[in-house]
Amino acid sequence: MSHLLEVNHLQTHFKTPDGILRAVNGVSFTVDAGETLAIVGESGSGKSVTSMSILGLVSDPGKVVGGEILFEGKNLLRLTKKEYRNMRGKAISVIFQEPMTSLNPIFTVGFQISEVLRTHYKLNRKAAKQRAIEMLDTVGIANAEKVYARYPHQLSGGMRQRVMIAIALVCQPKLLIADEPTTALDVTIQAQILELIQKLAKEQNTGVILITHDLGVVAEMADKVAVMYGGEIVEHASVEQIFHRPSHPYTQGLLASLPKIHEDEQRLYSLPGTVPNLLESSEGCTFAPRCKFASEACLQSKPRLALQGEQHWVSCLKAEEVRG
Amino acid sequence: MEQQIKKRKTTLWSLLWNSKLGSLGAIIVLFVVLVAIFAPWIAPYDPAALDPIKRLKPPFWMEGSLPEHLLGTDNLGRDILSRLIYGSRVSLIVGVGAVLVSGLVGTLLGLLAGYYGKWSNILIMRTADAFHAIPSLLLMLVMLAVVGPGLTTLIFVIGLTNWVSYARVVRGEVLSIKERDFVRAARAAGASNARMLFKHILPNIMSTFIVLSGMNVATTILMESSLSFLGLGIKPPDVSWGTMLSDGKQYIATSWWVSTFPGLAITITVLGVIFLGDWLRDVLDPRMKAND
Amino acid sequence: MKPLLEVKALTKQYPLPRKGFRKESGAVQAVSGVDLAVMPGETLGIVGESGCGKSTLGLMIARLLEPTAGQVLFEGKDLLKVEGDELRKARRDLQFVFQDPYSSLNPRMKVSEIIAEPMQIHGLYKGVELTKEVSRLLQAVGLSQQQGDRYPHEFSGGQRQRIGIARALSLNPKLIICDEPISALDVSIQAQILNLLKDLQAEYKLTYMFISHGLPSIRFISDRIAVMYLGRIVEIATKQQIFSSVKHPYTEALLQAVPIPDPSLRKKERIILRGELPNPANPPKGCAFHTRCPYATERCQQEQPQLIEVEAGHYAACHYPLDKRKEEGH
Repeated sequence: MSHLLEVNHLQTHFKTPDGILRAVNGVSFTVDAGETLAIVGESGSGKSVTSMSILGLVSDPGKVVGGEILFEGKNLLRLTKKEYRNMRGKAISVIFQEPMTSLNPIFTVGFQISEVLRTHYKLNRKAAKQRAIEMLDTVGIANAEKVYARYPHQLSGGMRQRVMIAIALVCQPKLLIADEPTTALDVTIQAQILELIQKLAKEQNTGVILITHDLGVVAEMADKVAVMYGGEIVEHASVEQIFHRPSHPYTQGLLASLPKIHEDEQRLYSLPGTVPNLLESSEGCTFAPRCKFASEACLQSKPRLALQGEQHWVSCLKAEEVRG
Repeated sequence: MEQQIKKRKTTLWSLLWNSKLGSLGAIIVLFVVLVAIFAPWIAPYDPAALDPIKRLKPPFWMEGSLPEHLLGTDNLGRDILSRLIYGSRVSLIVGVGAVLVSGLVGTLLGLLAGYYGKWSNILIMRTADAFHAIPSLLLMLVMLAVVGPGLTTLIFVIGLTNWVSYARVVRGEVLSIKERDFVRAARAAGASNARMLFKHILPNIMSTFIVLSGMNVATTILMESSLSFLGLGIKPPDVSWGTMLSDGKQYIATSWWVSTFPGLAITITVLGVIFLGDWLRDVLDPRMKAND
Repeated sequence: MKPLLEVKALTKQYPLPRKGFRKESGAVQAVSGVDLAVMPGETLGIVGESGCGKSTLGLMIARLLEPTAGQVLFEGKDLLKVEGDELRKARRDLQFVFQDPYSSLNPRMKVSEIIAEPMQIHGLYKGVELTKEVSRLLQAVGLSQQQGDRYPHEFSGGQRQRIGIARALSLNPKLIICDEPISALDVSIQAQILNLLKDLQAEYKLTYMFISHGLPSIRFISDRIAVMYLGRIVEIATKQQIFSSVKHPYTEALLQAVPIPDPSLRKKERIILRGELPNPANPPKGCAFHTRCPYATERCQQEQPQLIEVEAGHYAACHYPLDKRKEEGH
């Protein structure tokens, strides 16, 4: 079976004055139609650079230096700039974290939606407007016709994110990349937006890559989860397995360190230390310095993702012990 | 990601060495300063010494040049090299002096306007608008006509016309820094206004100040030139690069060297100052340093 | 026991910018008539969404922002009435930890200078004593003495937040207002800082006001919780009361909106609030929440509910508090 998206050994590096920063260091995963993959990680884990790499939006000093990104079997890394442009917004589209800066302040939201249609489908002005208003309606904006003529600054954060979703989904893309789509929003608005993304993706059978740091959002939305740390995927499994049988010490630590809303706790579990320096290429496991299970072997050889159960991939020498 | 970029061990010298333009700027400025200080020892001739017989001689590589006048002579037979060397003094003094005046006045007023706001802001910024509305050359002409030309007046007149740019930029910076939490934190700790202004706000506008000053030294040297060009700057027998430019203006078609050399001197010095300023801004930023 | 801090009818209005020569213009009520009390040694959590006025409230209590009206009584003394030296002294007891660890430290000062500054301002220590005190504070927040010689940019977000906490501790205050102290930090670092705050509270007998939009962290750290909506407190009670018998529909919705990191709870029925936060410049008549409230009635559109004691120590501003409604069969 061929996947909608297949990323193999992706490597994206940044040249800095102090050496090469391995932002994404050999990452592989797949996404099928109608499936939601959450890529979860903290700042500097490489989750956003991964999405930028798929979109072909990595710019200097960064560069995709290795691997392949197969979209419907075609390697995106071989596309010309123009082919990539035609692909973005049509077959693959994206929702960013900050809807204010991703919308152009000097055009009405309606113009920005119909613009997408006119570029990709060569629709005429009237048809594009018609379709744009329908789309605003679909994303749950009341008074779509009125909102069509509004400028981004006249809308609230939640409304702007709905507009972004409208722009992203108006061409019925096969793959949607949502990069921290609700991080800038309030929790009651976040619930609305997540519900909307989920509903539309199911309706259109869109594959979704959800980039987030919020494990709560992951649990609500994802079918599969890839946990990233230091530019690598350290654990990759179904959402149930990640939350109920976490097998990488980082995943475990991350889950344990969350304050629970249904329990009173005296102390939180906390991972010691800080996120790794990606400039220094380590011999061993990137997480070893913060890991309570780490032994001499962990510092010396890099673990590889290995199967630890059905479709449950873990990159840890001691996965058995960790899982307990 | 920020702290992942490893800090280089740095000293002042290695920082200067790392910046090609910074080094170039430093070399140029150092050279001009040394020339200005040691002018009497370096200059081959008295810059005011006339020699009507050797008028408008070209520089050494051209036909009809005199070996004793390397860069030729001007319309009164004065040695251009010597005049360039002495001229650096006025240009530097006026350049640095006027920038100090405008920087001091403008920064102070900008700090007041930005920090206290309200009526002080209105008063200062409207005055600045008024200054801006009057062409600076006109303003300087009037001031010079009232006070009479001279080196000190020149410094003050140019300085007092230029404060507006400092006041504006500094005020804007203060407004944005005032909203940063570390200023709030200082207030929560009970810091006095003076401490807020001079310990927390001023150090954080230094980089802007330096860049602005680099540019301003440049404009000032050029202003001195224009004023002298109009005959309102330095009076003979004193010499500045500006007066040299103006002396050569009638001969530009026949004897280009009279005005071209002082012009070049101005351009190179100005570039040097700007490069040095840019570099200085980086050096003074603790983010560029790391003391391991 | 007397409260350490009492806030009475605290209000902040921002006048809308005047247009041209027109004199009259409206005002935005960022905080309107907030009353609350904080007991010595407790942590009062303040939770609400953006624009609810929780940060404005914190800044006003610390007098980093001038209120339009109201009283801030700290140990019985009205902080809003003191000026100059007296205010400076009063500030010693009331310190602040800021949200953004990047903008809250002066980039031009070394960490040791940042921590020493409050003590210098108040003339608490000098010379060797001061150095000792700084290194004691650094250790208290989990940093080393050597790290004091560095500049803020050399630290990660979590470490910077530790520096900010050390600065707040330096004056040995009674109350620390923490304004979203963990929301800019990575998930794995948040737990470190929350634990640190709890440890310090026990060690130094601190009282906290902990402002956050995140209910899980509020639950972890608070003894009592106040929920704000559009400039007002809509519910205030002990943590147990809030989580076991919520009274205000907004709090209920807030609780249910928090995504729970457990996929098996996913399909659970829950209330998703419709609509957006109303414009604070033009708040709805009656109960400010009625535009989004699933239970709103005619009365809610007309009459503004007051914050009243529904159960012992449990206050809510709602005409139909949740438990009662169920009893009455609504």
